[in-house]
Amino acid sequence: MGQQVIPVEELIKSKKKPGFKYTPEEAPTEDYRDILFQLEKEGELEVIRVPEPYVEVTTKYGRKKKIPLEHTWHHKSCGQCGHIPGYSTSIFWLNRQFGFDYVDPSDQTSCTAWNYYASATSNAEAQAAVAVRNFAAAAETGRFPLIHCGTSFGHYKEVRHELLHHHDLRRKVREIMERLGKKLVFPEEIVHYSEWVYAIRDKIAERQVIDMKHIVASVHPACHYHKLVEEDAIYDPEIYGAQRTAVVTGTLKALGIQIGEYSSWYDCCGFGFRHILVSRDFSRSFAVQRKIEVMKEEANPDVVVTHDTGCVTTLDQSQFAGKAHGKKVGIPVMSDSQIAALAMGAHPYKVLQLHWHNTENRPFLEKLGIDPDEKWREFEEALEKLKRGEKQYLTWEDADA
Amino acid sequence: MNFDINSTPLDLTGEKYRDVPYEEKERLFNEIKADVRFHDVLYGCYECGVCVAACPSARFYDFSPRVIAQAVAREDVELVYTLMNDSIWDCSQCFSCDRCPRGNSPGGLITLMREVAVKNGLETAKEALEGYGRIIYKIMSTGTQVSPDMLQPNAFPDWGHHVNEIAENLDLWRRALPPETLHTVETGWSVSEKTIIELYLIWHMTGVMDMIKEIDEGLFMILQDVMEERLEDAGYDVLFDE
Repeated sequence: MGQQVIPVEELIKSKKKPGFKYTPEEAPTEDYRDILFQLEKEGELEVIRVPEPYVEVTTKYGRKKKIPLEHTWHHKSCGQCGHIPGYSTSIFWLNRQFGFDYVDPSDQTSCTAWNYYASATSNAEAQAAVAVRNFAAAAETGRFPLIHCGTSFGHYKEVRHELLHHHDLRRKVREIMERLGKKLVFPEEIVHYSEWVYAIRDKIAERQVIDMKHIVASVHPACHYHKLVEEDAIYDPEIYGAQRTAVVTGTLKALGIQIGEYSSWYDCCGFGFRHILVSRDFSRSFAVQRKIEVMKEEANPDVVVTHDTGCVTTLDQSQFAGKAHGKKVGIPVMSDSQIAALAMGAHPYKVLQLHWHNTENRPFLEKLGIDPDEKWREFEEALEKLKRGEKQYLTWEDADA
Repeated sequence: MNFDINSTPLDLTGEKYRDVPYEEKERLFNEIKADVRFHDVLYGCYECGVCVAACPSARFYDFSPRVIAQAVAREDVELVYTLMNDSIWDCSQCFSCDRCPRGNSPGGLITLMREVAVKNGLETAKEALEGYGRIIYKIMSTGTQVSPDMLQPNAFPDWGHHVNEIAENLDLWRRALPPETLHTVETGWSVSEKTIIELYLIWHMTGVMDMIKEIDEGLFMILQDVMEERLEDAGYDVLFDE
């Protein structure tokens, strides 16, 4: 009934060459930078260069990726700012501790990808235009975008692929940018904050004041970090033989933390984009049954560490309902930025803001030799000053007092 | 609470949508194929099932990324129509299926199918997005998905009493956040006027509002009022319903 016969060659074609070696020369995929810089030469777009100083890391096929240390424009995460604000506070705290120049902008929109993956009420042109508008805003400040959210990072990598390969899409986005008084710009690298944390992991370890060698952490690698445009994620032969992303795990190892392995590491957290909002029982069930319970049974970690907004949210918040059903839950969930800040002596409530998290984290702090009661009293004292009107807001200086 | 639009097993016989003309199903299928990204997400299928093994939704629903990739690759217009209605909204969009040895992205293919379902106002797309309108309103009108004052007990009853505690202390705890932008729920995601106007112009120039109109006309009218007024104040004579 109107069906066509598909040529055999169409059915057996493949994007990937079989196998790969950890050398750029034998990588099965193109190096997007070749196309990016070629398009710049042809006047199709402008490339935002990674500013110095930067650290070079390796990605899945052994290619080098530049990670800027400073002069960064922080592309914040809507979820982090909304309900886990200690996540981004810890990223900023780390920047300040190292004296790195950065900007926390208000000329940023979210990437809008959470909505896009949930509802599809957008299209390729709109998504690309939102990305390029944000990058153009970053370029106008003379700084380089650093992406806080795993989904923004993954989505922007997809947008890059689409823009580099589709002339008509570039033309359309260029027209939109002209209307906005902006140029079609694109960064030389799309950099996730957890890559930045990984790049400075040895600097963090040098300034570590909390011993974490007796801590066991299970890592949840964020899907949109390492599955979307998989070749542009950090891999290291020293970490899982470059068979899994080295981000987060490499950072934790630098801090002396033991990694608690579990079999469902590749599974997603259950966030689901649409599901976390309107089919929440799926998110809760998946997070508890496929992630937290498996970690508990196989590794019994002191903490789960991940690097994305949705993952921290789903893995942490879902444990409440799991506990009510007698499931094996009760593992605190934090971001790598929070763990790194904690290792350097950041206050668990003034900086990490752990009171916004759901699952009990006091035993974890106690195991680190941190008295949660004392720290909470210190935080409450700060709150009292705010209540009495002695101060309007807690400042960075207050946080480190 | 809405669990899933497909609590019953997926009917792959085509019976359910027998009354929909084949030409209409073919039109939608061709719309999927015409997307500029189509050839980036589908290369064929070995039927190896790696995508299903990695898929979180396959564990909880009668859902298979392999069936979807196969149906589209074989150009099975009838089956694709069924899947567009009764399967694609179960996808978690985690892209675990991107581990496909052929380089397929069933998750990416599903994104395209969802876009076509929304653009054409399929009833099942409207059902899948029931209760989601407030999120679309938020993202379209403010440039952020999540409102810093969203943590209210009635919105997240399954997150427990901890949400009550946050809600009760929200203003104070916000003031106890060191970054200036996080100090209040208003500044927690503060987008400059110029930026928000730029975002509205993007929505206008890319036809996204036409998609909203197909899926929820009431929401479209509210957004239209908000955006047109603000654009007019900024000196732009823009109409979303031309």
